[in-house]
Order: sequence, then C-alpha cells, then structure tokens
Amino acid sequence: MQLCKVQEILEAKVWTGTEKLEKEVYSACGCDLMSDVLAFAKEKIVLLTGLINLQVIRTAEMLDIKAIVFVRGKEPTSDMIDLAKERGIVLLSTGVPLYPACGLLYEAGLRG
Amino acid sequence: MTLCFTVDGNDFLRAGEASAVVKRTLKQLGLESSLVRKIAIAMYEAEMNMVLHANGGNIKVTLSDTYLTIQMMDTGPGIKDIDLAMQEGYSTANQKIRELGFGAGMGLPNMKRYSDELKIKTVVGVGTEVLLGFKL
Ligand SMILES: Nc1ncnc2c1ncn2[C@@H]1O[C@H](COP(=O)(O)OP(=O)(O)OP(=O)(O)O)[C@@H](O)[C@H]1O
Ligand SMILES: [Mg+2]
Repeated sequence: MQLCKVQEILEAKVWTGTEKLEKEVYSACGCDLMSDVLAFAKEKIVLLTGLINLQVIRTAEMLDIKAIVFVRGKEPTSDMIDLAKERGIVLLSTGVPLYPACGLLYEAGLRG
Repeated sequence: MTLCFTVDGNDFLRAGEASAVVKRTLKQLGLESSLVRKIAIAMYEAEMNMVLHANGGNIKVTLSDTYLTIQMMDTGPGIKDIDLAMQEGYSTANQKIRELGFGAGMGLPNMKRYSDELKIKTVVGVGTEVLLGFKL
C-alpha cells in the first residue's frame, strides 16, 4: 500500500516526508512497546504507535522502518521531527486510536 | 577498522547514537542491507541495556574482512542470573523504563537471535561485558 493511501485512510497530518508519500509499505505493526517492535517487526512496514519519544525514531532507523503514524492525536516533538527528517523517515499523525487505526488499514488490504 | 564510543548513562534521548553511527558506516561500506539491519538491531538492544540498566559504558567495534565484533563494557550492577536474564519476558525494568517503551525482556533473546556469537561476562557489583559477533 502506498503511504499516501495510508494517509488518506487515517486522515493523517504529514509532519515530514511529503515527497516520500508515493513509497510502498507491505505490512504494518501497531505497538507502544519498542522492545516488541525490535523483536518482531518485518521490513518495509509502517509503524503505528502512541508512544512519543526520540527512541521511537531511533528504533525505526535501526529496523529500516520508513514511516511512523502517531495515533490518538499524538504529535511528535521537534527533536523527533528533526531526526526523522535527517534519516528520511515519514512522520504522520492521526486522531484515530491504535486499534481502529490498525483495523482500517487491515480492512483496506494492508496485512500484518 | 576500529570504532570506539562512550555511551552516556544519563541521557536517554541520545541512547542509540552509537548504533546509528555504526549502522550508517556499515551501509556506506556496502554491506548487504539485511545484514546491516541484524547488526544494528542487536547493537541497539545492547546499547539500550547499557543506558537503561548500567548507567552507560564503552563500546568498541572491530571490523575485519570476514567478521565484525562489538564489545560493550559497563560498570553497572551486573547480572545476577544470566540464564534467567536470557529468557524471553524476563526483565527487571521499572515503571519509568516501561513508559519509555522498553522493558519487555526481549533484548537479550533478540541479541542472540540476530548475532552469530553472544558472550556475556558479568560480575555483580562490578559490571558487564557483552560481546556480539557477526560473520560478514
Ligand atoms: N548491561 C546490563 N547491566 C545490568 N543488567 C542488565 C544488563 N543488560 C541486561 N540486564 C538485565 O537483564 C534483564 C533482561 O535484559 P533484556 O534486554 O532481555 O530485557 P530488558 O532490557 O529488561 O527489556 P527490553 O530489552 O525488552 O527492553 C534486564 O531487565 C536487566 O535486569
Ligand atoms: Mg533490553
């Protein structure tokens, strides 16, 4: 699924990476625990999380995760946005909570 | 090639910077991306452990043509029971660490899964030395 489709489905705001929205993701991972993301995440995924701190961006960087959606109206801090920009990671925010956000993407064909 | 880092134990925000530098260096050297990803995940887990459990430490990365060694030394509290610590789900992390998104007890098992060699030397009250090895 293209990231612009993810953005459209979740009515998400784009913080950084507007030029990368045509990129494809093949799976998604919904999780607030970076430990679990590190243990289970596949490649080329979009990460959905309600966790806000710099380690979310670091974790994404280590795992080659190309896009992060912050759920429940959470907004990334400016140091998170700066690091994401540097590393070419797309950041989005949606008002939708984690579970329904995952459900909407799953329903649209993006599997786990 | 040898790279050395000092990891600050009081700065959660900067934790992972050493792993990020190593990841980018290996990528620039042209290593295969799935291999680089494995190395980065294992090293990041170990670096986070140093910051979260041992108040920081020192890292030495040694690269030859065929093998990469990451040596991580701290002067933290040490690990009482390594077999227990290696089990998935075992963690002594407090609420604060959990709120930061860590402390699932997955780090050490993950380091074992993603590396070709994992050696831990630890003395309670003195510190811990973690050695990660990867075939290139
Ligand atoms: N460098 C270290 N110094 C002291 N204790 C450590 C160190 N590394 C790990 N430990 C101990 O081993 C336990 C298990 O480590 P592990 O990395 O598997 O899980 P965690 O760090 O608690 O959680 P996670 O890695 O999933 O965020 C830790 O909770 C801690 O008690
Ligand atoms: Mg850990």
